[in-house]
Amino acid sequence: MSQASAVQLDHAALRRGERLLWSDLDLKIAPGEFVAILGPNGAGKSTLLKVLLGLLSLTDGTALVAGKAPRRGSSDVGYVPQQKGFDTDLGARGRDLVALGVDGHRFGPFRERGRAARVDQAIAAVGASAYAGRPIGRLSGGEQQRLRIAQALVGDPAVLLCDEPLLSLDLNHQRGVVELLDRRRRDAGTAVLMVTHEINPVLPFVDRVVYLVDGRVAVGKPDDVLTSTSLSALYGTRIDVLRVRDRIVVLGAEMEPHHVHDHFGGEHDHSGESGETGESGETGETGEASGDE
Amino acid sequence: MSDMWTYLQYPFAQHALLAATLVALVSGLIAPFVAARDMAFAVHGSAELAFPTAVAGLLLFDDALTGALLGSVLVAIAIALLGSRRGDGNTAIGVILAFGLGIGVFLLSFYHGYASQATNILFGSIVAVTSRDLVVLAIVAAVVSLLVLAIYRPLFFSSVDPEVAEARGVPTRALGLLFVLMLTVTVTEVAQVVGTLLVLSLAITPAAAARRWTAAPLLVTGLSVLFALLSADGGFLLSLAFVDSGVKASVFITFISFGLYLLARAAAVVRKV
Repeated sequence: MSQASAVQLDHAALRRGERLLWSDLDLKIAPGEFVAILGPNGAGKSTLLKVLLGLLSLTDGTALVAGKAPRRGSSDVGYVPQQKGFDTDLGARGRDLVALGVDGHRFGPFRERGRAARVDQAIAAVGASAYAGRPIGRLSGGEQQRLRIAQALVGDPAVLLCDEPLLSLDLNHQRGVVELLDRRRRDAGTAVLMVTHEINPVLPFVDRVVYLVDGRVAVGKPDDVLTSTSLSALYGTRIDVLRVRDRIVVLGAEMEPHHVHDHFGGEHDHSGESGETGESGETGETGEASGDE
Repeated sequence: MSDMWTYLQYPFAQHALLAATLVALVSGLIAPFVAARDMAFAVHGSAELAFPTAVAGLLLFDDALTGALLGSVLVAIAIALLGSRRGDGNTAIGVILAFGLGIGVFLLSFYHGYASQATNILFGSIVAVTSRDLVVLAIVAAVVSLLVLAIYRPLFFSSVDPEVAEARGVPTRALGLLFVLMLTVTVTEVAQVVGTLLVLSLAITPAAAARRWTAAPLLVTGLSVLFALLSADGGFLLSLAFVDSGVKASVFITFISFGLYLLARAAAVVRKV
């Protein structure tokens, strides 16, 4: 059964310099499972992805990805890095970004056979065909994110690692991206690990959450981990988890503005989060939203 | 105007035209990567640092090009060590650049040959290209072109999407180092034709113009080479046509190059992109 795991961590620990980021992390993720990695900034969420990418080694314990030790450049892993906009005049189209996922790592002048067909297919699968031919730097955040996911999936990986894929997307696009990932893991059995601050958009879809705080780890179903008792134990201080309709609100945790915004975000107005409005504005995205559904 | 054809019968003009072509080819190839990696300042820095090394070459070997090419390797290492991406080393490049120019002027005070040699380094001396220079230019052009062909895709990957390239196993650091080396050697070559002060007109403007026309990477590279060729060869031919004015070819080259850029911008506005 253990060979069947998409990701497996045994007693994994990671130290960066003097700081122990986390230790005794046991985690077994099945193919097709959707797991959210949560926790405050600096808890080592992205670092966990870097370990699975083979960019960092564990200080202790073992890690397996698709039954093998993590290796940089492994075709078993797809990676969607933290959202950073592209230069407006980058000199690359959306489909060029996706094509790099096929043979961008290969030297020599010849492109991989059948590349165009695979690229087209991956672009169609994320619903980006309408704008994939446009310069990548001129697409909206949501459009860029879909193309990044197409790039990560074009190699048909067993595991998809996403680092804050919902950052700076409006609610519409957050839902679109999460539904896309959910469909993929159901259709293709790709295990999805997503580092995110935004609990609520992913809550209806994820099977389990990994919650990292100050070297401590809680793993389990969202309903078991995201409770006042469990989070209070994890943070070592009083935390209140409230359920408001189908949303979760976490109170008391020392969290960055983004976190507060995410938990409260949703249908309510922007009072008390004036600093956030610029980021969630996403004025340029309405065009895609209408053409999408 | 008829002067132009008369002059082209002479070996010096033929040499110059060939040099302009070689230089345009490599700088046009390199320019899109310079733009994508946002390294315009590194280009400017390594071009100006070709000045002290060229003067050192004059003093040591009585040959500016040899000194500049050897020096470009040192400059490449310095830039690479300081961090060559996304402007993280810009301040440091500025510091080294200022010091390097000071050294150049200092070395110049020991040079008692033709003073025009020094101004040639700064503003270009395309008509002074010797057949030996041509051989060196041809070798550098061939090596850089073959390298671009070999590393095009991974270099493009690590230029536009470094995080994923790194995760996909692209040796981004090694490629960055190799690119800086190709860049400084190319820049040193370009400096022979347009001078160290005007290198950017061939090493970045063609790509800046090309990116206004298209976002397809291969087309950007093709247009960039085309624009560099139009600027370098066109500039030289114009300087022959207006030889009585005494204006240097490098001036015409920068004018054509900038004109093509303005045209691309205007066209982008018209095409509403």
